[in-house]
Formats: sequence, structure tokens, C-alpha cells
Amino acid sequence: MNAIKRILGIVWLLSGPLIIYFLLMGAVHNIDSNGEKDINNPVIWIIIIAIFFPIAIGLMIFGWYALKGVYNDTATSSVDQQ
Amino acid sequence: MKQASEAGLLRKVIGASSLGTMIEWYDFYIFGMLAKTISTEFFPEGNSTAALLSTLAIFAAGFIVRPFGALFFGRLGDLLGRKSTFLLTLVLMGGSTFLIGLVPGYRSIGIAAPLIVLLLRLLQGLALGGEYGGAATYVAEHAPAGKRGFYTSWIQTTATLGLFLALGVIMLVKMNLPDEQFNAEWGGWRYPFWFSILLVIVSVYIRLKMQESPLFAKLKSEGKVVKNPLKESFRKRDNFKMVLLALFGAAMGQGVIWYTGQFYAQSFLETKVALNFEQSRSVLLWAILFATPFFIFFGWLSDKAGRKWIMLLGMLLGVLTYRPIFNALLENAKTEQASEGNRVLSGTKKQSKLLAGTADSLITVTRHFELAGGIQYVQEQTDTLRSATTSITEGKPVIKDKVLPKNLYWKYVGLVFLLILYVTMVYGPIAAFLVELFPVHIRYTSMSLPYHIGNGVFGGLVPFIGVLLQTTFTEDPLVGLWYPIGIAALSFIIGAVYLRNRTPAS
Repeated sequence: MNAIKRILGIVWLLSGPLIIYFLLMGAVHNIDSNGEKDINNPVIWIIIIAIFFPIAIGLMIFGWYALKGVYNDTATSSVDQQ
Repeated sequence: MKQASEAGLLRKVIGASSLGTMIEWYDFYIFGMLAKTISTEFFPEGNSTAALLSTLAIFAAGFIVRPFGALFFGRLGDLLGRKSTFLLTLVLMGGSTFLIGLVPGYRSIGIAAPLIVLLLRLLQGLALGGEYGGAATYVAEHAPAGKRGFYTSWIQTTATLGLFLALGVIMLVKMNLPDEQFNAEWGGWRYPFWFSILLVIVSVYIRLKMQESPLFAKLKSEGKVVKNPLKESFRKRDNFKMVLLALFGAAMGQGVIWYTGQFYAQSFLETKVALNFEQSRSVLLWAILFATPFFIFFGWLSDKAGRKWIMLLGMLLGVLTYRPIFNALLENAKTEQASEGNRVLSGTKKQSKLLAGTADSLITVTRHFELAGGIQYVQEQTDTLRSATTSITEGKPVIKDKVLPKNLYWKYVGLVFLLILYVTMVYGPIAAFLVELFPVHIRYTSMSLPYHIGNGVFGGLVPFIGVLLQTTFTEDPLVGLWYPIGIAALSFIIGAVYLRNRTPAS
């Protein structure tokens, strides 16, 4: 199980930049000052990217911890470790 | 004797905490539910889509600031105590809601109106971010270790009961007022906002009588209150890794399941299925009523079987059955059926009005139908009569105000009940799960952030991203579901692999 946790850690680590890339590409492709659809509205994209950027970084940190084995034999809670 | 008084105290603790939290949810929901009326009232007229988007942006802003509220009030709660902090959030929320009901419309005070509403909405979001963690922690710290799931599950019912109350109050006002009076600048839509102040006064009075949580009081008396809970929670790896695990392995999936079951379902019934106002709301009300006891059941069960697999099963069921369930909601109310056996309930009603700034006219034709299966609906078509050429440009027929026959209506209640049952599975045990993940001195801060990112950001964006997906993939009416399905699947995998099942024995 610990091996799976570590391997999946790479997936989470890579998912972070991938999410940011797709969001940026989505914004570049869809923002259109002449467009009338929601998806053309830059404000919406700014909101979404601003929210998901730190979350994607959090996912990368989660992946890094998993890869490093921090979650191996996970304690039930941080209480148990203190 | 001592046992009886302890049980009485626990009942009071649960009652006081749950009532206040339910009112906070009520306050938060009525704004979203009245978004259409609010957009007309507070945003420049002329472009209804822009006005609605502005309101949606405010709605989203309300959700986005929730994590900041979690940090701000979580820190206060770990420094000053649970009781005083969640008393403050209650007053802030109730006050903001009441004031929204008092803001004059855009027609009266111009741009100040949307600005004030935005500010108040942000305050609502901040307050909500601080409330839940406080209430859950407060109850959990009073509960015996083996019954935390059961006792905190009462707090978990409040979000749904708040929705129930908001739906009920709005329906009650709307059904007793004509549309013109409801939508007027100082009309009936403001009553649910004013009603909030009464609820808050009662709840503040009850909460003022409560004592501080025994665990926090002990911590304080021993001088062990942490000086910087934020630093302790997020800089210390042993705590931070749990914050991340709580977010990605539980709260993220729970948030989307919750919003899809309660919010997306209602908007889907209203916009995609095109049920009339009363049925689109009452279907949800019945489903909530039948499903609410399951919050307590799954909270109780989590004390026996552990929290992990109950929550994850709820996510998995959502992933596997969302599309079939929503597809059934759509297909069963289809009006594009063979016309044989259908009948016209009322004759053609024509309305004609001049198109502003031109000599052209808009002709609206309204007809009421009943299908052979008993579904009634209104078909409205608006054609444009060109004065110069006397030609007519035909508009697209719009189906609206569907009314389901009794048997089908209850089938819909059953389907929505399933969606909310999944909500009870993921949501019932999560307060106990989060509370047990972190030590007392940083509990309020540490549990609030993942919860509000999960619910506020991931959950709150379900309708928003649904609209975005629908704009791109116009052919598939269920395309908006891929977002909650994907997020719930991801959370299921992370939870299944990394979380350990906590049972009393472990």
C-alpha cells in the first residue's frame, strides 16, 4: 500500500501544474471581448484561476509529501503523533 | 442523577449550536435563491444576463471569502474560545442579512446599491466561514469520544434544514403575494431577509447562556492556548499534511456531492426540466424532509463502523449514478412526445407589443397543453412582425411551467431523495472526522479551512462550472455533471488510499 501511495504521489504532484496549464489555456482560448457567452468573460476566468492556483499548489505539496512517504502508515490524526 | 444532567447539558449544547448554525445557513441561502430578483433590483437594467452574472459573481464571492472567514474566525476561536467566536459570527451574519433587506434598489440610489450589497454579501461569507467550525468543535468537545459522530451529526443537519427553512419561507411569501408585489422594489422578496433578525435574536439569547467548551476551558486554565494557531496549523508538517489530506481525501468530494444534491438538483429541475416554481421547490422540500434523519443515522453509524467508508461510499454512489438519475429527471418530463392523445388545455393567447425604438412588433403566443401521460405545460413563442415588409420572423417555442402528475411527481421526489441520501452519507460523519483529525489547541483553525475550501470553493462552483461546461458543450444537457463526478472520483481515490478508517477500537 505504501508503494501505491508513493506512486500516486507523482500523479498528484504532476496534476497541480496540469490543472494550472489547462486553466490558463482555457482562459486564453475563451476570453473574447466581443463574445457574449459566460465563457468569454475574463472576470469569470480570473476568479476561477485565482481560486484554483493555490489549491493546485496544495495538491502538489500533497503529492510531494506522498512521494516522500510522509503518508506511509498514516496516523489516524495529527493528535496521534503528538 | 449526574448522567441525567449531563444528557440535559448535551441536549442544550446541541440545540443552541444547531439552531444558530441553521440560521446562518438560512441567511446564506436566501440570497442565492432570490438571485434573479436581487439581480433585477440591485444591478443596472437593460441587460438581464449581465445583471444575473453580476449577482452570480457576488454569489461566488460569498463562497470564495468563506475560507478566509475560516482562517480569521478559526484563529479567533483557538485564541479566545469557541463560544465567543461563534456568537460573533452569528451576529455578523444576521446583521448583514437584515441589512441586505434594507438596501434601496439601484433605481433609488444608483451604483451604491450593488456596492453595499456586495459588501454585505462578503460579510455573510466571512461569518459563515467562522460559524461551522465553531459549532462542530463546540459540540464535539462536549461529546464523549465514542459518540462524537452521533452528536455532531445534529450540526450536520443544519445546512440542509437551513435550506429547507429558506425554501419554505420564500415559497410561503411567494404563494401569498402576486408576482408584481413580490418583485417590487420594497416587495415580498425582502421579507425573508427581515425575518432573519428575529431568528438571530432568539439564537443569540440561547447561545449567551451557554458555557465555554470544557476542553478549551481546560486548555485555557492550564495556559496551553497556542499563540499563533495559523502558524501551528500550516507551518508544522504533521498538522499541515492532515489539512491537505482532509481537503483532498474528504472535504473536496463531500463539497461537490453536497452541492449537486441540494443546489444543482434544484436549478436543474427549474431550468432544464422546466418544472414550475412550486413543483421545482416542493420536490426538493419533500426529499430533504425524508432524507434528513439519515444525517443522524450515518453520524451514529460512523461511531460504530468508522467515518471513512461511509463518506467514500456516498462519493462513489454519486460518481456512478449521477448521470442516470439526472437523465431520468430529464427524460420523464419530456414534452417532445407523439402528439396523439395530447390536448390543448386553453386556447391560444396572443399578446402584442411594440419593439422599443422601432415600428416592429413582438407577438407572444401562449398555449397550455396536457400530454397523454398527464404532464401539463405552457408553450410560449415570440414572433417579430416587421412593419416595413409585414413579414414575420418566427421565434423558438419555449416550454415552461411544467406540472407533473401525482405518480410522476413522487417518482421525482424519490430520485432527488437519493441525491440527498448521498449528501447525508458524506456529510453526516464529516464534522466528527475533521474534529478528530486535529488537536484541541488548533482544532478550530485546522478543521475550518479544508471544510470551507471543500464546500465553498469546490462545492460552491458546481453551478458556475456547470454553466461554463454547458456553454462549450451545448449538445449534452448533462455535461455540467462531469465536474462534480470528476472531483468526487478524485476525492474517493485519495480518501481510499490515504485515509485510515477510524473506529472506536482503533
